Amino acid sequence: MSNKPFDVVIVGAGIVGAACADECARRGMSVALIDRDVIGGGATAAGMGHVVVMDDSEAQFALTRYSQKLWHSLRTEFPDDIEYEQCGTIWVAVDDEEMGEVRRKHGFYGERGVSTQVLNPKELRALEPNLRDGLAGGLLVPEDVVVYPPCAARFFTERAQKQGAQLFTTASVKRIGQGQVELSGGMQLSAPRIVNAAGAWAADLTPGLEIKKRKGHLLITDRYPAFLQHQLVELGYLKSAHSVTSDSVAFNVQPRRTGQILIGSSRQYGAEHKEVDHAILTRMLQRAQEYMPALVAMSAIRTWTGFRAATPDKLPLIGPWSGDKTLFLATGHEGLGITTSLGTAKLLADVLTEKTTEIPIEPYLPSRAREEFAHA
Amino acid sequence: MPSQIVLRVNGVRVSVPTGVTVAVATAMAEQACRTSVSGEPRGPLCGMGICFECRVIINGKAHCRSCQIVCEPGMDIRTNG
Amino acid sequence: MDKNSATSFDVLVVGAGPAGIAAAARAAEYGLRVGVVDDNVAPGGQIWRGSTHEQSTKAKVWSDRLRASGASTLFGMRVFDQPSPNVLLAEQESGVAELHYGKLILATGARERFLPFPGWTLPNVMGAGGLQALVKSGLPIEGKRVVVAGTGPLLLAVAAYLRKKGAKVRMICEQSSWNRLASFGVGLLRFPGKISQAVVLRKDLSGIPIATNSWVVQADGSLKLESVTISRSGKRERVACDYLACGFHLVPNIELPMLLGCEIRDGNVKVDEFQQTSISNMFCAGEPVGIGGVDAALVEGQIAGLAAGGRTKEARSLFSARRKARRFASALERAFRLRAELKQLPTLDTLVCRCEDVAYARLQQHDSWRAAKLHTRCGMGPCQGRVCGPATEFLLNWNPESVRPPVFPVRVESLASTTAIR
Repeated sequence: MSNKPFDVVIVGAGIVGAACADECARRGMSVALIDRDVIGGGATAAGMGHVVVMDDSEAQFALTRYSQKLWHSLRTEFPDDIEYEQCGTIWVAVDDEEMGEVRRKHGFYGERGVSTQVLNPKELRALEPNLRDGLAGGLLVPEDVVVYPPCAARFFTERAQKQGAQLFTTASVKRIGQGQVELSGGMQLSAPRIVNAAGAWAADLTPGLEIKKRKGHLLITDRYPAFLQHQLVELGYLKSAHSVTSDSVAFNVQPRRTGQILIGSSRQYGAEHKEVDHAILTRMLQRAQEYMPALVAMSAIRTWTGFRAATPDKLPLIGPWSGDKTLFLATGHEGLGITTSLGTAKLLADVLTEKTTEIPIEPYLPSRAREEFAHA
Repeated sequence: MPSQIVLRVNGVRVSVPTGVTVAVATAMAEQACRTSVSGEPRGPLCGMGICFECRVIINGKAHCRSCQIVCEPGMDIRTNG
Repeated sequence: MDKNSATSFDVLVVGAGPAGIAAAARAAEYGLRVGVVDDNVAPGGQIWRGSTHEQSTKAKVWSDRLRASGASTLFGMRVFDQPSPNVLLAEQESGVAELHYGKLILATGARERFLPFPGWTLPNVMGAGGLQALVKSGLPIEGKRVVVAGTGPLLLAVAAYLRKKGAKVRMICEQSSWNRLASFGVGLLRFPGKISQAVVLRKDLSGIPIATNSWVVQADGSLKLESVTISRSGKRERVACDYLACGFHLVPNIELPMLLGCEIRDGNVKVDEFQQTSISNMFCAGEPVGIGGVDAALVEGQIAGLAAGGRTKEARSLFSARRKARRFASALERAFRLRAELKQLPTLDTLVCRCEDVAYARLQQHDSWRAAKLHTRCGMGPCQGRVCGPATEFLLNWNPESVRPPVFPVRVESLASTTAIR
């Protein structure tokens, strides 16, 4: 079949692949963007759409902050269906130990130019009256944002297409490497650069990639406008996201622009099937009820699952893959794919065009993996 | 059992026959059950509890399917118009 | 307060319409521990809804038989999930009921099919069965002008009922052609019972114009319905009215069978001659197996109830009655098939998803139900696609995707309840 040469072929039209296609097309590259399903149909569709700064590590902070600023800069260009809302995040503390963590974060962010506010219990109640009594306080991060990711992925895809990118959906990729992308049905695309942005399935296409699926659950309610103003996350979330072996749940709720409440979150290992796991769903909802008792009576419309792409050191893989000069990675974003998609796109395009990156790329290079994963 | 019961629809006292549903009481009060996300007035469509167009707020509880609920004396029914 | 409960049955029947009542009665009559669960507060489903004095003889006979059989009735309970094999969860007024079963009979019935057209979202535009249900639950209809439209035998029954209640039924618009209906009528000769029903209907409907090849093109009104525009053999006509009762026959409620993993074929639950699904301890009867009306539901319900109880000989004795009932059902399907012109009714602005207010134009940008759902939110509302799903299936040939719990919206706490099996 046809052997159409592209400057870059990107496999995976989730938020990361779409953002990469948009950035590469913007820089004048001829781009092919491929997905075996619909645009934004993987983790992009399943996640919460939280654009958040995180301080797990300097590298994580740098990438999330860089990316968040990029989201901010685009906010006036987004169509309505992206539902961009700067509702802010409140990290909720239940005891003195967690308040200590609140103050540490406040200091960390303050030193790096991110405005946050420590909340005492009264201030917390005033901002979110539906949280239960007896909490210790929290940290307000007013610049955090919420979006509806599938429409964001479509926005970036369409912007890329307007600049000449070609989209191939419901096209399954069988093999990538050595400048060739082989689709099922025999079609081949050749390109000097191939980007694996296949998320939870990236390792299927690039054997040796240390990416594991980390399953999550979500539930959405009917509309309850004015019930919740900010994305609320328990500080214990960090313990959940840290754990590399056990299944865990953490309180994490989000107000959608529609007034619906999105309730999460859960993390599981080794779960390969996408069916809802009742035991985990129960645990997750009970955890949510502990923080917001009024959730119990709300009408739950849907539940679903998704697979995050997790790496051993919790940082994404962005850059050249050492096994193959034509292969590049933009994957492994775990629970921060929406946020860091835009920063990832810039870094990847910088690598492909041999430009200097705006933030150091070393922490995310796939080559770090070989050394560091051996120690993890 | 009295043949009529009294309740409130959007604050207005309404007297309805015993045994009618909240959807019927709302209709008798000449109110649409709800306003859709784009601002349209809506009322019951399916009459069997699957379309969710007849949702009203009963005694403070949102999203009650009024075609499935029988009126009780003193009920406070609100439409979200 | 949490009022959870757990009960165990040899045979659990989901749905207390004709199929479910027949299944539960036959199974319980042989001494099995049987439960029949339904969301409604009384048995009868949709077709036998209403106070006892309004019910048909058949309905009374079977209701009495169910009562006498010893089967437990669990009303006001909404089945929403199967957390592990052989256990269904049902939400009650307060708390969750855990229903353990040895055999399961799914008799979840059907709902009306709604097709969008300009103005269909106006208050007082309802389904045909929809308006009938509202009137049965007390809506005053005396003196009100009603147009009945759409397709299916339900239209005539609804028109007759409304007229009996004092409504001014202006006309009945049936989209099917006179030829198709006539051959259906001729076919009725094979079903003597149906002829007497038809004769009774003719009496009830005398004086009401019945137009075939006819459908509503538009509904108009400012805050509620004021008039409809009808197409009748190519000509347009405006009819002032207070209510439009418009439904396009029925679609089977297959959501619970899908959630449970039963094989579906052509939109119906696949069953063998004993009404057994692809899952060996699950049976299905009535509309979800194929829209067929009360008689098919009653026979199939009995076969399922008997088969679930291991009474294969007795079940077999009903096979020929089922064949006959299903022949009528097929004739029904042929007579009321939807015509292609109905696909032209919605304009670009017409809302197709009523929960999320998604217009037809936006849906047309997508290739599949899944893509449309993700990008427009069509189908993500509380109706879970029960209204817009069949509409998009007809308009765009889209097929719905897999079903996840809850199979019906429930309280968050119901999904969070801890039960013994967790």
